[in-house]
Amino acid sequence: MRSRVMPKPSWNLDYMMWIFTRLSGLSIILLVVIGISAGLLMGARSQMDLGTLMRWTFFPNPNHVLDSEIPDIYLWSNGFWQIMQILVVFFAATHGFNGLRVVLEDYSLSGLWQVFLRFLILLLWIFSALVGIYVILGS
Amino acid sequence: MALSRKVGLLAGAKYKGGGPMLAWVLHRISGLGIIIFVTLHVTASFLTQQLGSDLGIFINIIYESVYFQLFIVFCAIFHGVNGFRIIVLDIWPRLIRYQKESTWLEWFVILPLYGLTVFIMIRRFLEG
Repeated sequence: MRSRVMPKPSWNLDYMMWIFTRLSGLSIILLVVIGISAGLLMGARSQMDLGTLMRWTFFPNPNHVLDSEIPDIYLWSNGFWQIMQILVVFFAATHGFNGLRVVLEDYSLSGLWQVFLRFLILLLWIFSALVGIYVILGS
Repeated sequence: MALSRKVGLLAGAKYKGGGPMLAWVLHRISGLGIIIFVTLHVTASFLTQQLGSDLGIFINIIYESVYFQLFIVFCAIFHGVNGFRIIVLDIWPRLIRYQKESTWLEWFVILPLYGLTVFIMIRRFLEG
């Protein structure tokens, strides 16, 4: 049996987002691994419960560990973690809203509806990313 | 030739895709679940922190309930592990031949992870 001839990929939105979905997925897994390892190294094992560590793992925001027994918030709240949070917000928001677009467009939407929904999702994406970064820089 | 996409929900549900199809369905459901949770969480935090509104506290109560937490932990673990499986199969297309086995393998990772988390969460919930 002969295999299919691969068409040359063209750089359209769907192809770029297909690649981005894989890269951002891997990046989020990597960020989660960094978050949980650093959390354990900084003393999470004896100073917080599993739920708090999980909240920190998925989003390393100092507000997520405030009600634990860590002696000093300084380790958990600095520029490094702000950059990590911005990366999580950027990758997760883009990955998530693109996923929403893919699911919606599977239900045979076309023409004006598709344009309208894409525009709506674009607005939601920009809005949520900005709100997220605002909260990160303010906390 | 393009595939016909005019398939209804019932006809789609009767398709016997087995493990990989279940993974596909759950990947969508868990992805949407995560979007719902994150949207609620961001909205609630924004309302409470910036406006001091009671609506934020109300939304907080919804997603802090143990049922919602059990659901969202499943979504996060499944979406992560299944997404990793998809990436691995995409990088090495030869492995597509074993995609049924790969869904079995992923449940061997997900079930212990999720089971242990559920155990700890419920024990903590019962303690109060």
